[in-house]
Amino acid sequence: MTTQLLLVQTLNGLQFGVLLFLVAAGLTLVFGVMDFINLAHGVQYMLGAYLGATLAAATGSFWAGLALALPAALGCGLLLEWLVFRHLYARDHLSQVLATFGVILFLNEAVRVLWGSAPLQTPTPEALAGGITLMPGLQYPVYRLAILGAGLGTAALLWLLVERTRAGALVRAGASNAPMVAALGVDIHRLFMLVFGFGAMLAGFAGVMAAPILSVEPGMGDTVLILAFVVIVIGGIGSVRGAFLAALLVGVIETLGRSLLPDLLRLVLAPSPARQAGAALGSMLVYMAMALILAVRPRGLFPARAG
Amino acid sequence: MERLRAAALPLLILGLLAAAPFIGFGAGHELTLLARAMILGMAALGLWLLVGGAGLVSLGHAALLGVGAYAVVVMDAAGITEAAIVAPSAIGAAALFALLTGAVAIRTTGVHFIMITLAFGQMGFFTAASLAVYGGDDGYTLYGRTTLGGARWLEDRLAFHYLCLGLLAATLLACRALLASRFGRVLRATRENPLRAAAVGFNPYPYRLVAYTIAGGIAGLAGALLANATEFVAPSFLAWQRSGDLLFMVILGGLGSPQGALLGALAMVLVEEWLSHLTEHWRLVFGPLLILAVLFLRGGLEGLPAQLRRRRDG
Amino acid sequence: MAEPAPILQLEGLRKRFGGLAVTDDVSLTVAARGIHAVIGPNGAGKTTLIHQISGTLAPDAGRIRFAGRDITTLPLHRRARLGLARSFQITAVLPGFSALENVALAVQSGAGSSFRFCRPAAAEARLNTAALAALAEVGLEHRAAVAAGALSHGEKRQLELAIALALQPRLLLLDEPLAGAGPEETERLIGILRRLKSAYAILLVEHDMQAVFALADRISVLSLGRVIATGTPEAIRADPEVRAAYLGEEE
Repeated sequence: MTTQLLLVQTLNGLQFGVLLFLVAAGLTLVFGVMDFINLAHGVQYMLGAYLGATLAAATGSFWAGLALALPAALGCGLLLEWLVFRHLYARDHLSQVLATFGVILFLNEAVRVLWGSAPLQTPTPEALAGGITLMPGLQYPVYRLAILGAGLGTAALLWLLVERTRAGALVRAGASNAPMVAALGVDIHRLFMLVFGFGAMLAGFAGVMAAPILSVEPGMGDTVLILAFVVIVIGGIGSVRGAFLAALLVGVIETLGRSLLPDLLRLVLAPSPARQAGAALGSMLVYMAMALILAVRPRGLFPARAG
Repeated sequence: MERLRAAALPLLILGLLAAAPFIGFGAGHELTLLARAMILGMAALGLWLLVGGAGLVSLGHAALLGVGAYAVVVMDAAGITEAAIVAPSAIGAAALFALLTGAVAIRTTGVHFIMITLAFGQMGFFTAASLAVYGGDDGYTLYGRTTLGGARWLEDRLAFHYLCLGLLAATLLACRALLASRFGRVLRATRENPLRAAAVGFNPYPYRLVAYTIAGGIAGLAGALLANATEFVAPSFLAWQRSGDLLFMVILGGLGSPQGALLGALAMVLVEEWLSHLTEHWRLVFGPLLILAVLFLRGGLEGLPAQLRRRRDG
Repeated sequence: MAEPAPILQLEGLRKRFGGLAVTDDVSLTVAARGIHAVIGPNGAGKTTLIHQISGTLAPDAGRIRFAGRDITTLPLHRRARLGLARSFQITAVLPGFSALENVALAVQSGAGSSFRFCRPAAAEARLNTAALAALAEVGLEHRAAVAAGALSHGEKRQLELAIALALQPRLLLLDEPLAGAGPEETERLIGILRRLKSAYAILLVEHDMQAVFALADRISVLSLGRVIATGTPEAIRADPEVRAAYLGEEE
């Protein structure tokens, strides 16, 4: 029984981890290449979820919704870049933080106006409905496995893009030494746009996929954003590989901590205090892990920038 | 002359706040609003010490405020309401939280520091939300306001108003003195050029950590006051949006001096109040306002006259 | 009179970046008085060496002894407290501080605890007097109240020197103090350095050969990370290996 629970929660954690990775990847690349800290990256995820849910309902098909939501998320990202973000690249981090904070306030409220405060429900796509028997007595939803698969697939694709293409080489070079890339005569603004749009689309994709299993509501991007920050701080800013490993780690710690700690503490405490202490500790666990890792490696596990 | 000008703005603000109850702002809800502005102004002053003084951009300041507020809750639940115990506990708890999280966060700088303070703030938020004994998500309603020597005189709105004002003025003076002291000089040097500070023998780390802890203590006191002002404490006190609000107050007023934080806090609370009377969806207006302020109001409100003068002169 | 003990000894210092040996088995002894110059063509490893001596870069191997004490693993700020004062090649004065406060900060570092929170530091006569004296030593006392950011380039270089002097240093580590100075400013700075060398030990890294040969008591030549010669200016001028290393350079 406990083994099964552990397995299910680990799978849930990994699946949450790949969603986190899709958000964190854009964030870490945008920061690595442009030295731009974008708090509004989380709202890209939220917009993805809303667009996916709405377009799926309008077309009657999850897949059509997904296909339409991706370019829409890309469009939103580029629009924001054009309207606000590009005026901030030359400013200090403090200005970037505050202006993108303003974007969050606006978009969270805009979503509330357009769709209301109540969570949106999105049905699981027909083809991926139901469960699959992983081992005797253990059913696991197919859709969650599909998220895990899609996330891992996207991660592999991203790895190929960054490691094996010319644009990827520029992105890597930009993450470790941006002025040098500019000096090489690369149109740095086009590279920025490319990275930015791509990051926005990845976050949107994560949002679309999360829509059927999480509640789609205003502000849903904020929590994910902060965990994505934890991910890239642990992984090392600018490093896609670091973000991937850290995202899985954070996903698993967060999920297991919240679900298992209360049970674990019951072994040593009375049920009521165990539940309380477990819940409190479980929610702190990710951050304590972050503190621990940073205490040993202040620049994260895989720092992209030398010196 | 220079000193007079530096003192003019804070004296004007504090004077107006002192006179407010007698010049048409004496109604209950107006005093509540002003108390809120003064308390957040205190917290913003502490944050200014970090951002404007030490060059440390923290995005987790609300958590320190929240720890102070929850210290009042814990005491209240235990039946302790005496200010002589409650206030030092709130200050101490928040300073301790700042010391522990700061010890990790200050090992980093720049954008790492922003993200890590944000993460620790979120940790505080979730922890508060999981404390079922103290209401969890729903928050905790205080039995009553903190007492002083057994007397319940903080229940009196006017007395509370002047208590907040007095503490705000004291915090302002303390922040100014701190920045001018030996300690403050080192802190300012580490902001301008940490390498230079190290080259003359100052390791930035302990100075920054002490500054962070002091800012935590100030936030803790502000949190205790805020709990008393609302007689209700909820995890939303620690929400990261409030950290963003506090940071915006500091920038809005102007980073150059502590009175900027004061001005920013007042301006922000009043604008927020005004907008929320206009529409339920006031953030639709406030968000873009914030963006515009960051893009165009480079010296903050305090620097606005100079900015306008420059524009006029060409 | 017996030769006083050397103030700084480098023993077999090594630093590699990737496959490149930037500091290759450097050993060096700096006497307790006078100017010891380190010269070398571009890319010889002078800057890397300075970083290792001042403590901003850790060597891969070797020892650094300062005033008889092993300081190899000490960070920059600890070395400064021991009296190893460094000036920067790219001027690093605090632009928002007045010239006086720039120097007073350095004085403060050697004058008791800086964890004092109430009394205004600018009103501490003890700090200001010492700071003014250091400014006077470099001829900058008349600019004490000016914001450092508003000083001329040459004055900033003088201020760098005053900051270093305010640490009551046992060794001045000067990284190209003449860099970017005009002819008149150079003249003035050389005059200051000449006055200082009777009272301080100075390790001077400098590009201006005329200045180096006019000022230095001893010169070490660095080439491709190695010390290829050490001696008096006359001996260095005559050294064939040095001439070969500089072949093609402007001097």
